[in-house]
Amino acid sequence: MDILYLLIPLSLIIVTGAVLIFFWAVKSGQFEDLEGPAHRILDDDDPPESPPGRP
Amino acid sequence: MNAQVITADRLHVYDLPDVQQTFIVARPDGLAEAALTLEGIHCGGCVRRCEQGLKDQTGVRDLQVNLSTRRAQLVWDPQQIRLSQILSRLAEIGYPAYPYDVRTQENRYRQERNRALRRLAVAGFGMMQIMMLAVAMYAGTFHDMDDAMRGFLRWMSLLVAVPVVLYSAQPFFANAWSGLKNRQLGMDVPVSLAIGGAFLASCWATVQGGGEVYFDSVSMFTFLLLLGRFLEMGARHRAARTSEDLINLLPATAARLRDGQEEIIPVTQLKRGDTVLVRPGATIPADARVIDGISSVDEAMLTGESLPLTKQPGAKVIGGTINIESPLTLQVESVGPDSVLSAMNRLLQRAQLEKPRLARLADRVASYFVAGLLLIATLVGWWWWQHQPQDAFWITLSMLVVTCPCALSLATPAALTAATGALTRLGLLITRGHALETLAKADYILFDKTGTLTLGKLQIDEIVSLGDMTSAQCLTLAAALEQRSEHPIAKALMRAAQTDNITLPSVTDSRAIPGQGVEGMLEGRRYRLGTPEFAAALVTTGVPEKVLQVDNSRGASLIMLSDEQGVLALFRLVDEVRPQARAAIAGLQQLGMTVEIASGDQPAAVERVAAMLGIQQYHGSMSPAQKLERLQVLQDQGKIIAMVGDGVNDSPVLARAQVSIAMGSGTEIARSNADMVLLSERLDRLVDGVLLARRSLRIIRQNLAWALGYNAIAVPLAASGFIAPWMAAIGMSLSSLLVVLNALRLSRLKPATLADSAPQSMPPDTAASGLGA
Repeated sequence: MDILYLLIPLSLIIVTGAVLIFFWAVKSGQFEDLEGPAHRILDDDDPPESPPGRP
Repeated sequence: MNAQVITADRLHVYDLPDVQQTFIVARPDGLAEAALTLEGIHCGGCVRRCEQGLKDQTGVRDLQVNLSTRRAQLVWDPQQIRLSQILSRLAEIGYPAYPYDVRTQENRYRQERNRALRRLAVAGFGMMQIMMLAVAMYAGTFHDMDDAMRGFLRWMSLLVAVPVVLYSAQPFFANAWSGLKNRQLGMDVPVSLAIGGAFLASCWATVQGGGEVYFDSVSMFTFLLLLGRFLEMGARHRAARTSEDLINLLPATAARLRDGQEEIIPVTQLKRGDTVLVRPGATIPADARVIDGISSVDEAMLTGESLPLTKQPGAKVIGGTINIESPLTLQVESVGPDSVLSAMNRLLQRAQLEKPRLARLADRVASYFVAGLLLIATLVGWWWWQHQPQDAFWITLSMLVVTCPCALSLATPAALTAATGALTRLGLLITRGHALETLAKADYILFDKTGTLTLGKLQIDEIVSLGDMTSAQCLTLAAALEQRSEHPIAKALMRAAQTDNITLPSVTDSRAIPGQGVEGMLEGRRYRLGTPEFAAALVTTGVPEKVLQVDNSRGASLIMLSDEQGVLALFRLVDEVRPQARAAIAGLQQLGMTVEIASGDQPAAVERVAAMLGIQQYHGSMSPAQKLERLQVLQDQGKIIAMVGDGVNDSPVLARAQVSIAMGSGTEIARSNADMVLLSERLDRLVDGVLLARRSLRIIRQNLAWALGYNAIAVPLAASGFIAPWMAAIGMSLSSLLVVLNALRLSRLKPATLADSAPQSMPPDTAASGLGA
């Protein structure tokens, strides 16, 4: 079980990374609007232009 | 809500530099940026339509709509397009928008929310890690774990617990400290004691290598409490935002006349002696005297009087009232502290100070609980110290952890959050925290009449035909004569004509005499419609006496239609009672509440409404000061009073009553002084509101009883040293969960009147946001 002495500190480092990523996400406004993006993904960004003549 | 008031003209106000500097951020690249509040945004489709709608406007660089907050960020080029053009374009596609000052509320909300999210994340991640290690340690107790490994797991737990306690739980310590400084024993004191004590003891045990560690309890406790507060904060922000949106942000302006030139200036720059022009439909900017023009002025918001008053040159008008018929030129007489509105404001401020507060159940229970707990802990610690000094510390600590006041501190917020969500769906918005609890205890309900029990607009009650024409023909004639007027009577006639699908013949040579009526030619005959005296004066053959002495005691207004040959008809107009008013009053009475009307309108009109709705107590012709006196008398009798009103004249009473509810369409001053706002305008929602409030109070009591009962069993066991840490952890989680689930029952309740129709004025998506932030 000696491997635990390596794996547990390693897992803590990964968790620290996750927390930092979460902080970054909060700071960059990812959690500002939790409803809008769910709908926005259904919208086309650019409405289709006149269809090209080729098949 | 304010859509009807906002016209393209009024939006020009936003182009004035004085007004702009309050909300526009100039960017270094020459573009301008402003935050907007958007109305009518309900779904993703609305967001898309808004953003698409501005695509073809040159100069608009960017519009970012936030669906959760219903706010938007606009970037545009002031050289190419004016803000008022963008706003009127948005209003055109159905989303009226107003700029607001971001530096105020919204920024604070965002910071508060982000901070809470970060704390929650640290506590959540920490909790998961520590739980994992704790499971290993529990398992290790049964299979021999060597001391080195146990020590290692403990040190790792300690490492993770440090940020959870020092960062995530920091608000509890801060609150407890500031509470102690103000000599208040809040819920945060035992929370801090439990977290701090358990953490320090566990650290000690880790360093010493003996005893028990409670890192798992500490982090889970912190996480659950933070989660509860986060949800509560979301509900609070949402309510605050909605009530902010209710306040029409359009700055008041006035059209000042100078050397015959009209200029638009903010009202704050008006001075005594200035001449202003007030168009029909516009608000009178300050207390003034009429110098030119005759018109009717609607003073209902200030006095409760349901009919407009005629103003002629020399008459005084009050700032904040609405000009109805024709343009008035006014000379400003008083501004600022001397004006009638300011006087009303002073009355209001005094009333706010005198507002009686009911002691809040949860706060009271909490402070007793905390005091009792600390006392018992001291006694238990002292007893063990006398008998078994080596165990004293651990037993006292485990007692503090077991009685961990988690369930108790979640009991009230969970119930309030769920109930607030349910009420918002009913269109009843809570703006002050105590409102729900006080509403549940209220036993007397005071209503304003005009605009609250009634719609504040006239309706034809009866048409008495006196000539040989049918009443339908008379209505056609009357509506035709009034078709260009904005007067409430004209509007009532037009509405009646529209309901009957009458096409109106055109009238020639029509003229309106303010305060009296209209005259016009139709198919070669001359007609008059207006006050009986005015209409009778046209009749050349004389009017029978009895026609002029018609019974008008029922608080209605009478108007007469005549031609040169004689009187044709009499119209009786009354202020229309809200459709759900009768059911609402009956419902409230059934709940054991006494209903009373306090109105500024004519006693006869009040009496009529009271009789229609089955209300025994009513008072008419009351000034705001008299309403306050009446309230005082009732409060002295020990009544807990709920006040429902809409006008400026109601605002002092709203501020003073134990709990107050303003109509959503009411004046800003009334809404901002009320504890609740009835957005849906449906009076029957009040019955549901009271029912729900009473249920919430019951659930809060159940929750408190459960939490106290749990502690009553756990404390003696812990004090006698029988409780192992894992038992404490399970007991605590279960009791918290039970409390939260019990509270959630509130958001699932289907109030009786909800069955007939869905609430109209609330966007559908708020329905899903009972507890969601």
